[in-house]
Amino acid sequence: MLEMTGIRKTFNIGTVNEKQVLKGVDLHIYPGDFITVIGGNGAGKSTLLNIIAGVHKSDGGRLVLDGQDVTYLPEQKRARYLGRVFQDPMMGTAANMSIAENLAMAFRRTRTRGLRWSSGAAEAAHYRQALERLDLGLENRMTTKVGLLSGGQRQALTLLMATLQKPKLLLLDEHTAALDPKTAAKVLALTEEIIDENGLTALMVTHNMRDAIKLGNRLIMMHDGNIIYDVAGEEKRALQVEDLLKKFETAAGEALSNDRMLLTQ
Amino acid sequence: MTFLTTLLSGVSQGLCWALLTLGVYITYRLLDFADLSVEGTFPLGAAVTAVLINAGVNPFLAILAALACGMLAGFCTGFLNTVCKIPPILSGILTMIALYSINLRIQAGKATVTFKKDSVKNLLSGWFSKLLHTNVNEKYISIGIGVCFALLAIILLYFFFGTEIGAAIRATGNNPFMARALGVNTSRMTVLGLMLSNGLIAASGSLYAQLEYNAAIVTMGQGAIVIGLAAVIIGEVLFCHKDHSFAYRMTAVVLGAVIYYVILAFALKVNFLNATDLKLITAVIVTFALSLPVIKGFIADRRERAANRRQYADGGADHA
Ligand SMILES: Nc1ncnc2c1ncn2[C@@H]1O[C@H](COP(=O)(O)OP(=O)(O)OP(=O)(O)O)[C@@H](O)[C@H]1O
Ligand SMILES: [Mg+2]
Repeated sequence: MLEMTGIRKTFNIGTVNEKQVLKGVDLHIYPGDFITVIGGNGAGKSTLLNIIAGVHKSDGGRLVLDGQDVTYLPEQKRARYLGRVFQDPMMGTAANMSIAENLAMAFRRTRTRGLRWSSGAAEAAHYRQALERLDLGLENRMTTKVGLLSGGQRQALTLLMATLQKPKLLLLDEHTAALDPKTAAKVLALTEEIIDENGLTALMVTHNMRDAIKLGNRLIMMHDGNIIYDVAGEEKRALQVEDLLKKFETAAGEALSNDRMLLTQ
Repeated sequence: MTFLTTLLSGVSQGLCWALLTLGVYITYRLLDFADLSVEGTFPLGAAVTAVLINAGVNPFLAILAALACGMLAGFCTGFLNTVCKIPPILSGILTMIALYSINLRIQAGKATVTFKKDSVKNLLSGWFSKLLHTNVNEKYISIGIGVCFALLAIILLYFFFGTEIGAAIRATGNNPFMARALGVNTSRMTVLGLMLSNGLIAASGSLYAQLEYNAAIVTMGQGAIVIGLAAVIIGEVLFCHKDHSFAYRMTAVVLGAVIYYVILAFALKVNFLNATDLKLITAVIVTFALSLPVIKGFIADRRERAANRRQYADGGADHA
């Protein structure tokens, strides 16, 4: 599905702030993989996802998506293949546009836009159906501006938008981190449901190690710009939070073992 | 009589600026792009119109030509911003100053080019006079033309911004991250929005030259951006709520332009004010419009406090 080879990324090259964030990452994602990604703050998780999405250009390495070399494909062209949900609930939706208009934008992610009318009655019925499954009552507020929704509602909507047209790869970057625990659990359950139902391939960054173990079929741990642990299947299912902590300690050394975020259980 | 004359002249001037106001609304509100090219594109429209009318071109066609030239100017600003990565304000300023020279070139070095052949207004007042066998007040003709063009623009824009590309432009202005994640080429949409906006602004300049001056004046654009913003703000403050539709908002900002010019027309009638005070009056009107929400809030707050005091004064009496 996705083959990353030797992906490197350094920010602010040639300045005092130069920082090598990815140090030659190799990752092979197979069709149907649901991979959870963990790692300390600044490990390079978001950068990895942003490189896949084309937000940043990698300094070296190759990115092949479903047989197509996308290394130099601009972000908006890759969007045809990718569904994305961001950590910040404000990022994934347009606040001044209505729920229906946002969904209409998402519905056209895989198409070239023209001078056709941007949303018709037939589409509205389709959106209503899709909203009903969120179970947030949004199907009755289709003309409401998205800016009036709560963070959790916006994030659920973004998730729906990312999967309205089936993506080849779904990228989730701590998409429940800004939500209260109850809403986070709901959005996470929804994520799992949608991925299962549509048989999506997904990459999900999280700081919650229980979620990382519980969800998906594969887990990778990043540290300091490298993937230091990659586990799947039986072995992953048998994992305990303690195992992950130990892995992390040996990799990072004692000094980093009290990483606040990583210890979230 | 003078009251009516003043009112009519305010309304007809305001309507000339309707298209400019819509253009400014597109860049400022929809694209979130502080575009200063306005000051150059407005006189550009007039310059192109003057040259074409004097060359014998139909004045309606001259408006279309002005629109096309304005779009080209908008393209330049967009190119500077999206390809050369120059910040919006600076991109606009560069186009604006370049246009100062270009406009003078178009007008063959002359600061004012008077129309030697019929403008849209002359043409129509000729027709109507013949039709009705009497002289029609030119102001009414101007107002009629202004209303027609404003309505036409509002209708076309309404439909355009309802299409897929139109929605993509709005999304780009609202949240470029989301737009890109959903496959929108935000650079292209920015350029497209700027072209649309500056096309309208040049058409507005063409109308202004044809309806008000019967000439193109190279300094015509001075302060145009402030007038456009003032119109947008007055229209929004006076007429708009959060959930008003797009067509309604466009109508509101056009009315904002009219109201602005009516106020200005009456202000200039005040004895101790003269034409050189124009800019000062503009500043006062815009300041007032901008602070209207604060004033509204202040009054509402006072009312609430008074009500609150009354309620608790009554309560206190009960306990006593
Ligand atoms: N646009 C940028 N410019 C400069 N440095 C950046 C940029 N984006 C990220 N970095 C740096 O790259 C490093 C890795 O950042 P990244 O966001 O990938 O980490 P992360 O693993 O997602 O961390 P977190 O768990 O905090 O989200 C950090 O040190 C960060 O400061
Ligand atoms: Mg991150």
